[in-house]
Amino acid sequence: MINIRLNVNNEDYQAEVAAYHTLRDVLRDKLGFTDVKNGCSEGECGSCAVLVDGKPVTSCLMLAAQAQGKRITTARGLATDGKLHPLQEKFIEYEAVQCGYCTPGMLLVAKALLDKNPNPTEEEVRTAISGNICRCTGYQQIVEAILAAAAETNM
Amino acid sequence: MVGKDKEKQTFHVVGKRLDGLDEKAKVSGSVIYADDFTMGRMLYAKVFRSTRASAKIKSIDTTAARSLAGVATVITAEDVPNNRSVTNVVGQSADVGLLQARHYVLAEDRVRFYGEPIALVAAEDPDIAEAALKLIKIEYETLPGVFDPEEAMKDDAPKVHGDNNIIARWKLRRGDINKGFREADVIVENTYQTQFVEHAQLEPESGVAWIDDDGVLNLRVATQVIEQYREIAHILGIPESKVRIRGTLIGGGFGGREDLTVEPYIALLSWKTGRPVKLTYEREEMMYGRHKRHPYKMWYKHGATRAGKLVAMEATLISDSGAFVYLSPWVLLYSAVHSTGPYYIPNVKVDSYSVLTNNIYTSAFRGFGVPQVAVAHESQMDILARELKMAPAELRAKNYLKTGDETGTGQRIESKVLLTKTQEAAVKALGDRSKPRAPYIKVGRGFASCWQSYGRMCYLHDTSSAWVGMEMDGSAVIRCGIPDLGGGQRESLRQIAAELTGAFLESVHVISTDSQVTPLGGTVTATRALFMSGNAVKLAAEAIRHDLLQKASEMLGENPEDLDICDGEVSVSGNRKVRIPLAQVVKAIKSEGNPLEVLKTFRAPTAEPITREIIEGQVFPDFTFGSQAAEVEVNTLTGRVNVTKITGAYDVGKAINPKRVEGQIEGGIAQGLGYALLEEFIEDKGIPKNVSLTTYILPTSKDVPDIQSIILESGSGKGPFGSKGIGEPAITATAPAILNAIYDAVGVRIKKIPATPEIVFYHLKERDEGA
Repeated sequence: MINIRLNVNNEDYQAEVAAYHTLRDVLRDKLGFTDVKNGCSEGECGSCAVLVDGKPVTSCLMLAAQAQGKRITTARGLATDGKLHPLQEKFIEYEAVQCGYCTPGMLLVAKALLDKNPNPTEEEVRTAISGNICRCTGYQQIVEAILAAAAETNM
Repeated sequence: MVGKDKEKQTFHVVGKRLDGLDEKAKVSGSVIYADDFTMGRMLYAKVFRSTRASAKIKSIDTTAARSLAGVATVITAEDVPNNRSVTNVVGQSADVGLLQARHYVLAEDRVRFYGEPIALVAAEDPDIAEAALKLIKIEYETLPGVFDPEEAMKDDAPKVHGDNNIIARWKLRRGDINKGFREADVIVENTYQTQFVEHAQLEPESGVAWIDDDGVLNLRVATQVIEQYREIAHILGIPESKVRIRGTLIGGGFGGREDLTVEPYIALLSWKTGRPVKLTYEREEMMYGRHKRHPYKMWYKHGATRAGKLVAMEATLISDSGAFVYLSPWVLLYSAVHSTGPYYIPNVKVDSYSVLTNNIYTSAFRGFGVPQVAVAHESQMDILARELKMAPAELRAKNYLKTGDETGTGQRIESKVLLTKTQEAAVKALGDRSKPRAPYIKVGRGFASCWQSYGRMCYLHDTSSAWVGMEMDGSAVIRCGIPDLGGGQRESLRQIAAELTGAFLESVHVISTDSQVTPLGGTVTATRALFMSGNAVKLAAEAIRHDLLQKASEMLGENPEDLDICDGEVSVSGNRKVRIPLAQVVKAIKSEGNPLEVLKTFRAPTAEPITREIIEGQVFPDFTFGSQAAEVEVNTLTGRVNVTKITGAYDVGKAINPKRVEGQIEGGIAQGLGYALLEEFIEDKGIPKNVSLTTYILPTSKDVPDIQSIILESGSGKGPFGSKGIGEPAITATAPAILNAIYDAVGVRIKKIPATPEIVFYHLKERDEGA
């Protein structure tokens, strides 16, 4: 067992992990971040996506030990002081949420995109979220919500 | 809502593009889905599954597994009080295979499909449970298996259960088929084939079971049917009153959670150990351990006059039921009834068969047998049009069902039919034809029209109950059993209750999906949720509205007909100066001994029981009609088909929330696109070949183009405020629209889906060699 320290949503945490535990195992099972979803364990669906030092990572494919000392963001960390992030607001407004299972990962990947590219084209949005499967919405409203959030932040 | 005249009704809440209250929890990551829930002293379960498609279990030894430190128990079939579920299918002749085999909880002396559950393990943690599975020793003796339904229909085929692999037959007989074909100037005959498809809900199957301090077995589980507490009680041999199912907000259903999934396993393990037990499937287990959409083989023959009138249709449908029956007979019935497409055809002969094989078992999936026949009937109509040298749109328009027409079963269409409008709207929304991006890329366009029932089969006497109660401060509570799959099932109820009671939308709380706390609303299947539970809530809220208006009229000295309630206030319509807070009215009513709580049951239209294999009369309450249009690019070098534009136009009667209707159309289209081009669960002699999301290809944001959804509102539905269902209709027309577009692009007719690049490439090669 290894002792690791990581920062999740601006709070410091410590956890004991085995060498084979993934970042998702730590976040979900040890630290209680059930907003990090379990969809496939092979990095295909994107529902476990978190931001590691601002970059999107499928946490099911990252070893917990590799997260030592890193800053992790999960969906629960998007709101500030109880106020929803513009992406979260637009997801609601544009009905980009149906069952909600892909939503945490989708929001984080979208945030990473907008942090890097504040004015993306639709093509760029679609490419950015192409690693996040949604089985409910057909992606239409998700894409529109992300573009709307970008437009609002750029006003 | 004002206005007694239905045509002039003004709505305050219904029909508005309002935000759903559940969505805040979803974007915040605070929803507790089934696997997110834990309890103290909880055990973790795993399922030991067959690695053979057809074999006798010569011996099974669980001793080593039981003795592993941390293993609490191992269960096999002999530990299950009632292991077999058996049903009779109505109307079947005596020679159709006896339904010994609706499903078994665990395999007994034989395994009949790869992945069949044989034993259950519960242990202190998932790793120990996994290790225990590896310690179970099993000896198989391979038995001959059958993997093709046509083969399975032969007398000498290996029998999966009993002595006949055919477990359901349904027929349509209308008019005189021979006379019909004699009248035809043009006859078109083809064979179509569809594939096994996986639901691929993002949330894996999951649930936790425990015994509470009243001795009641609780299951907190992702399910579309909480009424299955009855089945669980039967399996365990305990009273139904001692099983409680608490459904969770679900991460996608699509019919994948209509049958039992983890419930029997966690129930058995919890009942045996006395401890909470959780079972969550891994994604691989989702692929090979759960049912799939029925593959169909369909022979179709259409006859039409030179003028373009359909005079005859004959079809034979064969579906692969897999190794257990589950809902196969009903899926087949839906296929047979919808097989004509939304057209008036005077002479119809359809024979359909559902057949057991040693493939993975098949059951409910969005569309329930209708997307399969839509591939056939819409391809046929397209081919027929070209034979007649008529525009596909024109041929459709000449034959669409109209109000008053009879279907292939003789059911009279009662609602308005806006098919021509949906077809025009869908095609128009494609806009200008895209220019090919390279000389080897061909662009084509196609459309398809469809119909799909909403509401369950009438002979089932379907009901849905809901309770609505007003709080002292004018807020409201709805209690309704209906599960929410993410389609906004709860949100619609909220909007309806807010509209009728005048409570603030945000103050209407819906408590749902608990079999012992909420009145049973029925399943979220068969596109029935809005129709049934929406009507139940409407009945209850209307009764409350009546009492509110009566009391308010006394308090204001106005006639009840002149009053309106909205946003927590009762006022004179058109004169908000004369008003009274809703809370005041509620308090006055309650102080007189009227609790202002109403429980109502909505009853769907009924029909006589089905007594024979020929389906006749009213089968469903009503149908939703729609059309989809697609533009595709076909890369003639690689065979790759790219959908560049796609549209869907549906008459939903009345959109309770247009955003949600659009969401259903868009989601259905995306799944339909996958069905047409990408998705196939492959089994080779019953052994699954692609059990991962790397090899089972789901549409991503790069595969699905911009989708245009067009809502038409005839107001003629049987749902609340004249609404119709949209959940399943949304998927039904997509695949044939794409297939027709491929033909338009490159002149090849794909009759077997999915139209993967390899398939399209070889069709192109054949076309070129033929030329």
